[in-house]
Amino acid sequence: MKTTRPRSRRLRGFTTILLFLLPALVLFFGLVVAPILLAFYASVFKWNGMRGLPTDFVGLANFTRLLADEVFLGDLWRGLLLIILSLVVQLPLSLGIAMLLNQRIRGRAFFRLLFFAPYMLSEAITAVLFMMILSPTDGLANVVLGWFGVDPLDWFADPSSVMMSVFIVMTWKYFGFHMILYIAGRQGIPRELTEAAQIDGATGWKVFRYVTLPLLGPTIRISVFLSVIGAIQLFDLVWIITGGGPSHSSETMAVTMFQFGFKRFQVGYASAISVVMFFISLVFALFYQRYVMRRDLQGASTVLREQR
Amino acid sequence: MSTNRHKQSPASGGLLRSLSLHTIVVITALFVAVPLVYAVLGGFKTTRQLSSNPIGLPDPWMPENYGGILASGSFWHMLWNSTYIAVLTTLVVVAVSALAAFVFARFAFRGREALFTMFAAGLMFPFAVAILPLFVLLRMFGLLDNPLGVILPQAAFGMPMTIIILRGFFRAIPGEIEEAAILDGCTPFGFFWRILLPMARPAIATVSVLAVVNSWNQFMLPLVVFSDDGLFTIPLGVQQFQGQYATDVARVMAYIVVAMLPALGFYAVAERQLVSGLTAGAVKG
Repeated sequence: MKTTRPRSRRLRGFTTILLFLLPALVLFFGLVVAPILLAFYASVFKWNGMRGLPTDFVGLANFTRLLADEVFLGDLWRGLLLIILSLVVQLPLSLGIAMLLNQRIRGRAFFRLLFFAPYMLSEAITAVLFMMILSPTDGLANVVLGWFGVDPLDWFADPSSVMMSVFIVMTWKYFGFHMILYIAGRQGIPRELTEAAQIDGATGWKVFRYVTLPLLGPTIRISVFLSVIGAIQLFDLVWIITGGGPSHSSETMAVTMFQFGFKRFQVGYASAISVVMFFISLVFALFYQRYVMRRDLQGASTVLREQR
Repeated sequence: MSTNRHKQSPASGGLLRSLSLHTIVVITALFVAVPLVYAVLGGFKTTRQLSSNPIGLPDPWMPENYGGILASGSFWHMLWNSTYIAVLTTLVVVAVSALAAFVFARFAFRGREALFTMFAAGLMFPFAVAILPLFVLLRMFGLLDNPLGVILPQAAFGMPMTIIILRGFFRAIPGEIEEAAILDGCTPFGFFWRILLPMARPAIATVSVLAVVNSWNQFMLPLVVFSDDGLFTIPLGVQQFQGQYATDVARVMAYIVVAMLPALGFYAVAERQLVSGLTAGAVKG
């Protein structure tokens, strides 16, 4: 990320730089860095979160408790499940729709607008909407299933179907966002490349498989990255719809943290969960940028490169 | 089969193929649109009508649910809360980030890239990670039940994305313009304020739109900061209303439809900035 442009007019003094950066530094250190440090600090104490700082030092006890806690281990498993479902269902759907809408299809501007619209709604609105649609008693979904002779489902009320229901809602809300990314990525691929492949006799599928898909690589990797980060921090939807239930079967790390931190006043323990979330995000991001997106950052001939 | 397809021009495609493509798109469109339409129509029914006639058009149309919500002061009050919190968040985050992005884009100094990387790394850490200690800090500062307790953290967490996008844009403005301005006696701030910002208007619009949308939809932070429902924003109001009228489904539907309208209206107006911001942010992030 080095600039190559000559910086002849440098200097203007340290003070100018400092004055320009000061507000950003204050805000960032005060409200992003300091909280994260505080979480680290609080995570080694037993603390009910009342005023003042914690005093009851317990070492790593919170973390050992965490790693033995079935609910938390379940959170990890459910997070993984959501990531896997996003990668094998939601992203291919987004990619497929993006490719379709890239063709000359009637009304494609309308479809694009429609598919992206759910992304604009808050998760709170989405959650309440789907609580009613997936209601076990007389929700729309069960009425529609009834037409096909399917017995009504319990959706969010049944531990075995609650995660699938949450995933349906996530897909409804977020696939349009990923679709928009893919459409933008697709538009960044020079026309000549696909045309050349067609002239060489490649069929539609082969053009997609051997030309479009590889060149969409950077977009796909970004889209995967955002899906994973999104799954790690999932909160609003689950909190409003189920609160983590029934019997913890839809709890996520953020929900567990919130339960302990804001409802049960075990702030030390909840901070330990925050720290683990922090490390999971950090390790994933570093690993991903180091090994998966490395080629993009170095710049293969791709969208990413062009926009830099 | 393959030779057959080979002969077709790629744009037109086979009739069968284009029909099946259309089918997929239409089915997806139904998946997206039906819940929305269901809610809009449901709002015009009574709850009893809704359970006896979930799919059809309302018969008779009952505008009372919508009317009642629009006539109540509480919805408008939340709309106002959401609006000014979004506007102030946007002002703070764009002002602070633009200053920083200016330095990162156009000054050379030791440690610049390290500092920039630190800000950019903030992208990875969502509210969920920091919400609990943030709550403790805000309580120490006395910012609970205070709009600033939502505005400032939102601005702080919005900075990474805003700085990244603005820096990219500021870098693209030719150095000659800056040289000319300096020769004419412009101070760095004068250049920033009178030349750079006006030139960067499209980028400013883009990051502002992103900031508004993020603030508008934020749920977790206001949830912990506001306990006084006079300060509630729309997402909190939606949750509260659902809790109060859980059995009156038609009324809740009307409420969420009304609550959707500002966001969808904003989307209609700012679609271009939003999409360019999201794709630029994602691609560069």
